[in-house]
Amino acid sequence: MEQVDWKILREIADLEKTPQGAYNFRVNGALDSRQTTANIDIVSKQDKPGIDIIVKPGTKKESVHIPVVLSATGLTDVVYNDFYIGEGADVDIVAGCGIHNTGCETAQHDGIHVFHIGKNARVRYVERHYGEGPGTGENILNPRTEVYLEEGASITMEMTQIRGVDSTIRDTVVEVAAGGECIINEKLLTDGAQRAESNVEIILTGEDATGRVVSRSVAKGESVQVFRPCMTGKDKCFGHVQCDSIIMDTAKIKSIPAIDAQSVDAQLIHEAAIGKIAGDQILKLMTLGLTEEEAEEKILEGFLN
Amino acid sequence: MLEISHLRYDVTAEDGGALDILKDVSLTVETGKLVVITGPNGGGKTTLARAIMGLNQPTGGTIHWNGQDITNLSITERAKLGVSYGFQQPPRFKGLRVKDLLALAAGKPDLAPGEGCQYLTQVGLCADDYIDREVDASLSGGEVKRIEIATILARGAGLMIFDEPEAGIDLWSFAKLTETFERIHKQGNATLLIISHQERIIQLADEIVVVEKGEVAHHGPREEIFPRIMARTIPGCGYMKGGES
Ligand SMILES: Nc1ncnc2c1ncn2[C@@H]1O[C@H](COP(=O)(O)OP(=O)(O)OP(=O)(O)O)[C@@H](O)[C@H]1O
Ligand SMILES: [Mg+2]
Repeated sequence: MEQVDWKILREIADLEKTPQGAYNFRVNGALDSRQTTANIDIVSKQDKPGIDIIVKPGTKKESVHIPVVLSATGLTDVVYNDFYIGEGADVDIVAGCGIHNTGCETAQHDGIHVFHIGKNARVRYVERHYGEGPGTGENILNPRTEVYLEEGASITMEMTQIRGVDSTIRDTVVEVAAGGECIINEKLLTDGAQRAESNVEIILTGEDATGRVVSRSVAKGESVQVFRPCMTGKDKCFGHVQCDSIIMDTAKIKSIPAIDAQSVDAQLIHEAAIGKIAGDQILKLMTLGLTEEEAEEKILEGFLN
Repeated sequence: MLEISHLRYDVTAEDGGALDILKDVSLTVETGKLVVITGPNGGGKTTLARAIMGLNQPTGGTIHWNGQDITNLSITERAKLGVSYGFQQPPRFKGLRVKDLLALAAGKPDLAPGEGCQYLTQVGLCADDYIDREVDASLSGGEVKRIEIATILARGAGLMIFDEPEAGIDLWSFAKLTETFERIHKQGNATLLIISHQERIIQLADEIVVVEKGEVAHHGPREEIFPRIMARTIPGCGYMKGGES
């Protein structure tokens, strides 16, 4: 792998070298390297680009890294990744896509991830999106994630996009069966002329299913963000959607949370707030000796921490 | 030494007329002194304190700190020269933790082990419970207020201005707080300007300033002013908490 590819891997997956456990590195639309373990198998799909990741039932404390790097301009990469997580397994999955665009053509990665999570299994999913490069070509990421949680299964998804992605439309759909839990922590920062749209749908189908969405975003420059989180409750369940955004400059943010109760015992809450940085927050940090710019940076850093 | 000379602060009222909130305030505070500013609500105490910090720009007069004219300096520049101010109503920060705020106040990337604990203890907070908490809406009013005071202690500046530090604070923490003010005053490295309505705090003062209707109505040694406040011979002071009646 090239130097620049490693730099991007650091940004999206904190990787300095090939990680412990299972991994699959995809670079410029092709397999770069792969490692499987006794409990985690990774198999290339035959009919379309992408992989199947199969985690044996009862697998504990293992991890899978599946980063994608695009460092060639003008490439549109579409992948289909399917995860089969066996009953009672407990695994960390680190995904993420980084684009280094040196040219004037669009670099685009559309990842379609489908998770089948077995009974009582637990998954921690971390996904970071990042773009860079001196080129004028747009960096585009359009991920679609579907998650099917069986009884008692849970997933925590941390999805972060902080820099360099010009356009993104993210679709996330999660179905939670009885006793299952889905937690989504979304963090987004856009600047310049960037556009980002996030559609999250959580459907709580079974008794005592829980769903939580915490979305924090900052829109700077003339960027545009649109959020559409929707929580549906079909049984005795609990769902909470919280969207919090800081708006700056001439940016635009639209937040359209929805809750949809289809059972008298569904308890669903949504909160959404958009506002600029409170003036007295900046002033307070300035009285501690920070400049206005430093104060603003600290406030945003804390907000998206 | 803090020297305030002929300070004015006017704003334009809604009807277009002028509202003079501070009218010709002159006040000198010697280095190492503990001076309490008191007076009726709306008298102009906070406006004066904020003008010293640079949070509002006076429309006339000058402010000198240690001989340097700071009237036209930015908030940041004043902070770097050793001026500090604990807000009457401190802001909350979503995502910033108590330890982040204290580290910023102390002016370093990270606090030394036990350092945050030391500041929090001085305001009656148990560090283990608070140091990792976010300074957000989940904290109570009294907790935010005490964290605010702790940031001023962490800063350790030459001029410490506290704006009603007692507000919303329970009796136990208040006792801790007065001890802290007393100790800082004894050490003699800092000049303390405390806006307060509390008898216990007023009793710590070397000097008392009564600000009323945008003016310094009285200023003198505690021994002289305090008995007059208690005897109600200074008008407009019936507001004071903790006074005998
Ligand atoms: N920007 C402003 N516009 C209009 N009125 C103002 C402004 N700032 C302050 N005031 C008014 O000036 C007066 C003094 O306010 P200030 O906050 O300094 O009083 P204070 O002495 O600190 O009172 P308290 O004891 O209630 O804290 C008040 O009547 C207040 O409403
Ligand atoms: Mg006040």
